[in-house]
Amino acid sequence: MQAAPPTTGSSAPVIEVRDLVARYGEREILHGVSFSVRRGEIMVVMGGSGSGKSTLLRHLLGLERAASGSIRVLGHEITGMSETGLYELSRRIGVAFQGGALFSSMSVGENVMLPLRERTRLDRETMRIMMRLKLEVVNLAGFEDLMPSELSGGMTKRAAFARAIIMDPAILFCDEPSAGLDPVVSSALDELILRLRDALGTTIVVVTHELESAFRIADRITVLDRGHVLLVGSVDEVRRSGNPRIRNLLERRF
Amino acid sequence: MAAPGSPPPLRAIEELGRATLRSVDWVGRGALLLLDSLEWIALGRRRGQALRAAPVFSEMMQIGVRALPIVSLLAATVGVMLAIQGIYQLRRFGAEGQVVIGVTFGMTREFAPLITGILVAGRSGSALAARLATMTISQEVDALRVMGINPVRFLVVPSLLAMLFVLPALVVWADLVSLLAAGVYVSSELGMTLQAFAIQTLDLLAAADVLHGVWKSLFFAVLVALIGIVDGAAVRGGAEGVGRVTTNSVVHGITAIVLTDMLFVFATTR
Repeated sequence: MQAAPPTTGSSAPVIEVRDLVARYGEREILHGVSFSVRRGEIMVVMGGSGSGKSTLLRHLLGLERAASGSIRVLGHEITGMSETGLYELSRRIGVAFQGGALFSSMSVGENVMLPLRERTRLDRETMRIMMRLKLEVVNLAGFEDLMPSELSGGMTKRAAFARAIIMDPAILFCDEPSAGLDPVVSSALDELILRLRDALGTTIVVVTHELESAFRIADRITVLDRGHVLLVGSVDEVRRSGNPRIRNLLERRF
Repeated sequence: MAAPGSPPPLRAIEELGRATLRSVDWVGRGALLLLDSLEWIALGRRRGQALRAAPVFSEMMQIGVRALPIVSLLAATVGVMLAIQGIYQLRRFGAEGQVVIGVTFGMTREFAPLITGILVAGRSGSALAARLATMTISQEVDALRVMGINPVRFLVVPSLLAMLFVLPALVVWADLVSLLAAGVYVSSELGMTLQAFAIQTLDLLAAADVLHGVWKSLFFAVLVALIGIVDGAAVRGGAEGVGRVTTNSVVHGITAIVLTDMLFVFATTR
């Protein structure tokens, strides 16, 4: 269940995207996107609505097939990868979806345990212990018997985090972690993301449109705008950027 | 895309072409889904994603056991209705006693599977579509995929199997209930005993007649499950989209059942 050792040297990027072009039918959403994510960093992909950030995430997760270009995840080229390849890779990847995407017919605990139940041969007691540990990590200890419908927005997201990290993934993807949350809950979630990286050394990719959250957690930021990467750099580099589109994004606090 | 300048007749033809393509696409999806499901049933264990019995049982409970009261009610009603109509027609020839023939064959070969199929399409096919649609919108299907849990194996196969197990059983139950109800009505109306009705019915009825209905119901089961899933997964937009695909699944399901029924009868009964 522990993530397999890296297939390439530790200096190689964990994710490397080169000239990614994405299309839905006739419409081109990403026009040659390139960036890479280093091991152990928190990379925030930032952009407004229509920037293509959700499309980019879906491609990184293997949910959509690239029109052209290359995506390497943990040393594996995933464009054109077989179902079996993606299946193997999915073991080392965790995803916290925007709305949590918890299964409404299962309790919180069953949701968190689901990857273990489906992907490992652990016995039930061990799975329960691991589930309780992860719920503790996200400050939801004791909530395992609740149903997802009984959780608040922030709790739902935290439960989704617990499920995303149950297999100790090498990469954790978070889609809009602070969307729809009040500032206090949202900053608690940012704390959680930072804690996960520090405690587990997980590489974390966060897709968001929230500037404040991005500046708080990012090691580096990829600014995406209308299907192009405007800048890949540190928080300071983004703040100091003279690019008018980026200034626009920063000042309008979209 | 219709050129904005196309004259109306041309536009109508274009629209027809598009509709045809959509239907072919829809049928193709259903067929692929069926193949994919069969593959998972056959190879799931070898792929390390074996099927689980628990979700199949819980679906069977939902689709089958919970449908028993309404299936019984409709079957009994249709049985009595058929008896009333039969007696009315046969009275012209003074052959009211022959109503047993009409009721027995009519119910087992036609009405029990048809009524049950339509009911299950309305009750469970729509529920399946709504569930798939909601799960698609809330990214639960994506979540399954990124967890390496195949959605076909996890969501489709249990419903399909449950449908296949439960629908024939419901049909046999509907046979029993409807014939009993018809028997009660006929015996009181024509002054024969229920026992006499039962003996006549059993005398007439061959296993092949019951099986005719049961075979049909297997087709209906596959249709209802696949249509519910294909329609549900095609959802666009939010809550409104869920409503739309749910309605679609009922209309598609019932249409497919009635058409299949006719084809089945045409192929096996002439």
